[in-house]
Amino acid sequence: MRWYYKLPLRFRALLRRNKAELELGEELQFHLQNQVDEFMAQGMNPQEARREALKSLGGVEQVKEECREMRRTNLIDNFLQDVRFGFRMLRRSPGFSILVILCLTLGIGANAAVSSWVEGILLNPYPLVSHQERLVTLTGTVRDQRDQTSWPDLLDVQRSCTLCETLFLSNITGATLSIGERAEIIRGSIVSANYFDAIGVHPILGRGFESGEDTGRNAHPVVVLSYHLWQSRFKGDPEIIGKTQRFDNVVYTIIGVAPKGFYGTFVGRNMEYWVPASMVEALYGGGDKLEDRGARWCEAYVRLKPGVTRNQAQQEISAIAARLAAEYPATNRGRGIKVWPLWETPFNHAGHVLPVFEIMVVVVMFVLLIVCTNVGNLLLVRSFARRHEMTVRLALGADRGRLLRQLVTEGLLLSAFGAAGGMLVAYWCRHGLVLLYSISGENMYMPGQIDGPVLGLSAAICLVVTLAVGLVPAFQTRHLALADTLKTEASAVMGARGRAWFRSSLVVLQVTLSFLLLVGAALLMQSLRKIRTTSPGFSSTSVFDTSVTLTTAGYDAPRAKTFQDELIQRVRALPGVEAAAYARAVPLSYQSFSSSPIALDGYELPPNGQSPDELYNEVSPDYFATMGIPLISGREFTRADDENAPRVAIVNQTMVARYWRGQNPVGQRLQVKGDWTRVIGVVKDSKYYTMDETPRPFFYVPLRQYFTIEPDIHIRTTQPLQSIQAALIREVRALDPNLALYEMISLQEQANRTTSEQLVAVALVALFGGLALLLASIGLYGVMSYTVSQSTRELGLRMALGAGPSNVLRLVLSRGLLLTTTGIVIGIALALLLTRLLGNLLYQVSPRDPLAFATAFAVMTVASLAACFLPAWRATRTDPMRALRAE
Amino acid sequence: MAKPTELVQGTLDLLILRTLALQPLHGWGVAQRIRQVSKDVLQVNQGALYPALHRLEQQGWIRAKWGESENNRRAKYYSLTPDGAKYLRQERAQWKRLSSAIGLVLDMS
Repeated sequence: MRWYYKLPLRFRALLRRNKAELELGEELQFHLQNQVDEFMAQGMNPQEARREALKSLGGVEQVKEECREMRRTNLIDNFLQDVRFGFRMLRRSPGFSILVILCLTLGIGANAAVSSWVEGILLNPYPLVSHQERLVTLTGTVRDQRDQTSWPDLLDVQRSCTLCETLFLSNITGATLSIGERAEIIRGSIVSANYFDAIGVHPILGRGFESGEDTGRNAHPVVVLSYHLWQSRFKGDPEIIGKTQRFDNVVYTIIGVAPKGFYGTFVGRNMEYWVPASMVEALYGGGDKLEDRGARWCEAYVRLKPGVTRNQAQQEISAIAARLAAEYPATNRGRGIKVWPLWETPFNHAGHVLPVFEIMVVVVMFVLLIVCTNVGNLLLVRSFARRHEMTVRLALGADRGRLLRQLVTEGLLLSAFGAAGGMLVAYWCRHGLVLLYSISGENMYMPGQIDGPVLGLSAAICLVVTLAVGLVPAFQTRHLALADTLKTEASAVMGARGRAWFRSSLVVLQVTLSFLLLVGAALLMQSLRKIRTTSPGFSSTSVFDTSVTLTTAGYDAPRAKTFQDELIQRVRALPGVEAAAYARAVPLSYQSFSSSPIALDGYELPPNGQSPDELYNEVSPDYFATMGIPLISGREFTRADDENAPRVAIVNQTMVARYWRGQNPVGQRLQVKGDWTRVIGVVKDSKYYTMDETPRPFFYVPLRQYFTIEPDIHIRTTQPLQSIQAALIREVRALDPNLALYEMISLQEQANRTTSEQLVAVALVALFGGLALLLASIGLYGVMSYTVSQSTRELGLRMALGAGPSNVLRLVLSRGLLLTTTGIVIGIALALLLTRLLGNLLYQVSPRDPLAFATAFAVMTVASLAACFLPAWRATRTDPMRALRAE
Repeated sequence: MAKPTELVQGTLDLLILRTLALQPLHGWGVAQRIRQVSKDVLQVNQGALYPALHRLEQQGWIRAKWGESENNRRAKYYSLTPDGAKYLRQERAQWKRLSSAIGLVLDMS
């Protein structure tokens, strides 16, 4: 095998330069030695002989250099020639080349994009923060539960831990920023004074925090703004440093602006401002959190020293925690501190994003598999089609090894284009993750740059695909036997088996994989649709909700009561408003309901003596009419049920079933937070926290009896959001021009925002499912084209014998449909087994939902028909005479 | 019309290949054999010999193997490959045509 010999030679020249160099030296030495011997035999003395020998050779180094060059230029020459030839061959069959490059681009691009997203979130989630690979987080542990850590404990860890390079605090918080008539809650961080230095980010205006600014209760009301906040709310004011701004009802001095592209250290949310830890009471409320070792509220980060493993750090920190437990038994007994890696940290949203990522990675593997089978298939088909050409060239004296090298070069060219295209696609899609999440209404930053390790992985995949692609035709030509292949190939029959089975089974595999993805996408889409269209038990589309900045404006309870009464009267009088009411918490949002231990007459406590805890909401009169929750018995709250009247409550059906065993509880007593109330009504169940929750007991109490200063206002209206919002702002400001309004949204929109994860999952699976379908169709098209072109003789014969175009069409299509049907049948069998794995993502949709399967079947069939159509149509255009005469 | 150096290079290649067609030889041996057979007329330029050998090896007309020489030293022996033999046949035919053509022109009256 000659080409076996040549390949190692090339590699030797490339890789083992040293050995070649030594050999060259040795070879020339041998020559010189012989020449010296000859000269000495002629009578010269050793020195003379040596001198003359060197002279006759002409300088050892020059000769060496020339030899080296011989090897070099040849390599380059041959390579360039192969490349040029490869280009020509690819240009000759543009359809094939474009298809292969397209497949490779899609596969490699999708893979690179997904890899960069995953790597971004898991490993490098905080843009501009230095050395994230050494960051870990700390939480407290008590018995087996997780808890936070306390500030004094963290200071001790910082002092005693030798493996920690630095420790800093970064707690998420929110505050109302009210500028003009717009108020919104913006997210920020409470941080330790060393925060900006520890993460290596420096403000572009002003300064970070000085050490000491995180001590002292509320002693340092200073704030660093994010670049985005500075631009959007403060109009990029260059004189911003030193100005003051009210957050909630505390005035802060602005001391710095963070750089562009820095979003804080919380995955899944953009931080807009940073305040030092001394201000924690102003934002979290509660007692002195800085001195009290028992006050556990801290979310701490540690950067380990280089080379330190998490295990080592955990050991040292556990030892410190044990020491603290011994020194301060009152607060720290039985408590430890646990070290977490960034992507498992309980206090950011990476955990929410991970399930989506798992889906993504699986899906992209499917796609890559389809791409590889596609490309391999197309190449097999083409190499088979070129057997004739190859054989003729061999018979005319072409060097077999050279032929092989040319084929490999062609494969490499295709892969190079595919890889370049894939990189481009990945680059364009690098912000795709952000787009997907912004569909769901979230405002968060998803890291989207393509960096070193990601490119490395993509390049590795490219290389593997390249080798696979490039070597496939190589193996085909090895088995070329000259005489065999010179005989005609066009005598193959449409239904022939044999070598065709491998190609056909590849196509069947692709169809199966695509079908699986389509079924998954259909199931997820159905589930999402169900979630979003199932009635939550109240009218979510015609009810809008917002609230007024009463707490930040400093309203106390009496003033707030007056304001609330006046406002609700005005709102009810507005045109188009059917009803309006207040409630402390909104269902299907991120807010949490109040809960209380309850007791009632005639209900036996369970053996462990614990009173049951149930959730409740504090609502104003007209709440149920506004929300559209039907009253089953009894009455709603009225204005008479105020703080001077006897306490009352309204319960839902599940509560009646659980605690009163289905009997009407109106008139019965119910103890809430230690006070006895009387049940005056029963309402239908509705959804409280999530759409897929099971029915739970729930009750309502009058807002006046359990007062809160800043409840949400719900307005039931036929008017569109813009006009009702404008009208509301007018009324609010008429009462008090210092107040502002939070974002007004419909309850449905509120609920939609909490299902964002499902939406993203659906979008992703649908997108990749579509991609897989496209690729499978391409594969099918390729195989059918080939089969038709190989069967021209048979088709010509049939047409000559009287078959019309429609017969030929049917023949070709049926062959194609046979392949797809096989693939679909296998796909159905696999899907019935595998969709069970989607179980917990599906809401009210069975994993064997027939509609989803039927949809996938229909889509797959239509796509296959489309793919087979063009080859079939070309078959009908066969000129029978030409086909019969052709070789 | 080829450059003079190329012509010389091509001729040297031909000589080397023909010499190796008989038996495998090392570089020194090739030079000696050519000198012998041409009765000392053709003295191969030693500086051009080894680059030529390496180029021929690169192109696959000859292959190399290390072995022991007559005087028990390590030497690199070259031998002709089948491709090389084919190439040699073609080049010999070409040379014959060329030299007879030149002869015709020189002999013209």
